[in-house]
Amino acid sequence: MDEPKGPAPQALAGVRICDFCGQLAGAGATRWLAAFGAEVIRIEDPVRQGRWDILRGIGPFVDERRGIEFGGGYNNHNVEKLGVTINLRTERGKALLTEIVRQSDCVTENFAAGVLERLGFGYERLKAIRPDIIYVSNCGFGQVGPYAAFKTWGPIVQAVSGLTFASGLPGQPPAGWGYSYMDHTGGYYMAMAILLALIHRKRTGEGQWVDLACTEAALTLHGPALLDWSINGRPTRREGQPHSNRSEWPPMAPHGIYPCAGDDAWVAIACRDEDDWRRLARIIDAPWTDDLTFASLAGRLANQDALDAQVAAWTGGQDKFEAQRALRAAGVPCSAVQTPGERIDHDPDTEGLWPSVTHAAMGEVRVDGLPARFSKTPWRMTRGAPCLGEHNDTVFGRLLGLSGDDIAELRAEGVI
Amino acid sequence: MSALAGFRVIELANERIAFAGKLLADMGADVILVEPPGGDPARAFPPFLDDSPGPERSLWWWHYHTSKRGVTLNLDRPEDRRRLEALVGGADILLESEPRGRLAALSLDYDDLKAVRPELIFVSMTPFGRSGSDAPATDLTLLAGGGPAWSCGYDDHALPPVRGGGNQGYHTACHFAAMSALTALFWRLSSGEGQFIDVSMHQAQNVTTEAGSYSWLVARQTVQRQTGRHAAVVMTQETQMRCSDGRWVNTGVPPRAPADYAAILGWVRELGLEEGFPEAVFLEMGGAMEKPLTYDRIGVDDEATAIFMAGREALALIAANVSAAAFFVGCQRRGIAVGVIYAPEEAFEDEHFRARGFQVPVTHADLGRTFRYPGAPYRMTASPWRIARRAPKLGEHNDEVLGAAAEATGAAAG
Repeated sequence: MDEPKGPAPQALAGVRICDFCGQLAGAGATRWLAAFGAEVIRIEDPVRQGRWDILRGIGPFVDERRGIEFGGGYNNHNVEKLGVTINLRTERGKALLTEIVRQSDCVTENFAAGVLERLGFGYERLKAIRPDIIYVSNCGFGQVGPYAAFKTWGPIVQAVSGLTFASGLPGQPPAGWGYSYMDHTGGYYMAMAILLALIHRKRTGEGQWVDLACTEAALTLHGPALLDWSINGRPTRREGQPHSNRSEWPPMAPHGIYPCAGDDAWVAIACRDEDDWRRLARIIDAPWTDDLTFASLAGRLANQDALDAQVAAWTGGQDKFEAQRALRAAGVPCSAVQTPGERIDHDPDTEGLWPSVTHAAMGEVRVDGLPARFSKTPWRMTRGAPCLGEHNDTVFGRLLGLSGDDIAELRAEGVI
Repeated sequence: MSALAGFRVIELANERIAFAGKLLADMGADVILVEPPGGDPARAFPPFLDDSPGPERSLWWWHYHTSKRGVTLNLDRPEDRRRLEALVGGADILLESEPRGRLAALSLDYDDLKAVRPELIFVSMTPFGRSGSDAPATDLTLLAGGGPAWSCGYDDHALPPVRGGGNQGYHTACHFAAMSALTALFWRLSSGEGQFIDVSMHQAQNVTTEAGSYSWLVARQTVQRQTGRHAAVVMTQETQMRCSDGRWVNTGVPPRAPADYAAILGWVRELGLEEGFPEAVFLEMGGAMEKPLTYDRIGVDDEATAIFMAGREALALIAANVSAAAFFVGCQRRGIAVGVIYAPEEAFEDEHFRARGFQVPVTHADLGRTFRYPGAPYRMTASPWRIARRAPKLGEHNDEVLGAAAEATGAAAG
């Protein structure tokens, strides 16, 4: 493998992002870029103290302190970014933003459709400021289409795109996702779009506007089901479906999440083929595993309720990690359903994934790292999220060349 | 011009990494899918065209391998390993999710291939990463161990945690593989250097749990799964409602703004429901407020609490009287953010996505048929997403791809 000598280079060094992204759907995208060395300048509203991003002020909290500098989610999603405040209701604020845009490669936002346009910085205006600008907008339903004005956040995106429906057990309401899967994933698509546009511009000199609709990105995540519908006419809304702990494509059985000894303790087991089934049967070592009904995949699929009941009866007496150890040793895919504490503090396979960053108000805090090791341009997370306007002096001084007196005046006049 | 036109990607066929290759292929990269001569096992995955199995009829295969070209190589044979090296000699990116140690044993790991192609970006995406455990894994077990399943399921914890449907564990890992490849490619355009990237699928899930992870990291708190809504440290109120057609909606955050209450009251009246809903008077009071309700008053101030509860009850009343689709559009047109819980195919047919052109026709000339595929995840105006061709048949491009590679390196095409 390559061994970097001296300080490792950063893959996105020299890229500057003028960033209005907040929450997770947007901030998650520029978080990736910042970790690889892009200069991400987060623009926030001084009048509302940046509260458009509700995560600024809500928990979890490191201690008893509360307020806009203590939101744990905000810190997690905004590591390595610079923070400035600009009041875009003022002409001087607009002039400051214009200057930042002129010096940026990319403008990113996840406001509701049309908001940046109403602030006077729609794509046409951005392009007039800098002809090769890349503008990436990210909202629930996109900037065009009958629902463009509809409002969303993660759970709504997941509901409308079919992700909520596709997650559940028969005879129960939709289980959906216990978190904003599409805020994370919308952010991943936004990061990909930014990188694709940067690559395109590097080769052609051409900027562009990217319209990302989170619901549409989500709809791409049902590929085979959509083809089964559009080609075979088979809907996923049908008797017995969804049953998402089972596996339809490819068919597997046993395949499920089974109870273990202890409070709310569970283990996932997946038998990919006959070998896996035989290995599992050997470990269970009970006469029912020889039942001819279960001898073939077709038989196990046809009798999956009975099969699951038998497997659950066996797992019910097992410790979840002991079952995981025994089945993995035998080569059967198996995992305990891990609690956050178990997977973060006691799982050797997440070592190195949880860096500590330094936040100006919160101090040292652990955050989500990134699951990819680059041999030459590793990601880096050391600085926590910016406090409100924390980098006003740096950005307005160094980037825009304003003097200390200029900046003090802007502050006094409520521009920043 | 698509953003990745002119870049070549070698993908060693494996169900885990297929989606990463598609993400690059649909953006214009020339993705060469390398299968063993007998075909990748995923060719046998249902569903099948017209429900009739066959190696060229898997709709799973069709979806995950759009825009790619396909070749067959038996990497256990030295001459085919040389053919792969010849392909890599003209490639920019390699994607692999092979069993641990297999490529090293074949002398086809990064250190071998970078000798052939120093600028190569080698993306390895494996269940626990190259230095993690070597345990077998599937989408289900990754989502169980990596955090998502702990947060998904029902209020009733006698029911098991739930795996989110649709292969999302693999998708999440593939998103990171694609982001990694693009990041390394951007750097290579200026530095000229390739590199090795080691993606852990398990770690990818671990950092895709929102508050599941950071509640523990920040405050050592453990979230608990709840029906159809965010897992949280404490139990929260239900957000899913059943409408008159038996279908579900997600009502999201309850209304608190004066305009919301006025709009809801108007809708209650339109439906002729005011008579049987004495709480309408509180909606009227809510509509006359000067500012939105704040959470700190709810449960403390009687009037605020009555208004807040009336808003929720009015939405439940409306839901019981209209279809889920009508509830969704009716609320959204009144400025209230709710979502209909569509099945995937219902979203696919919805007028919004149709109007945006999400359904994309793909022609299978060999079958004389054109099918509707899911379309672009993002609208790039200058370097658009597109499906260049249907998924490759087994060895479909052996002659054109392997022949050209052999010619380029001066080796015998054999």
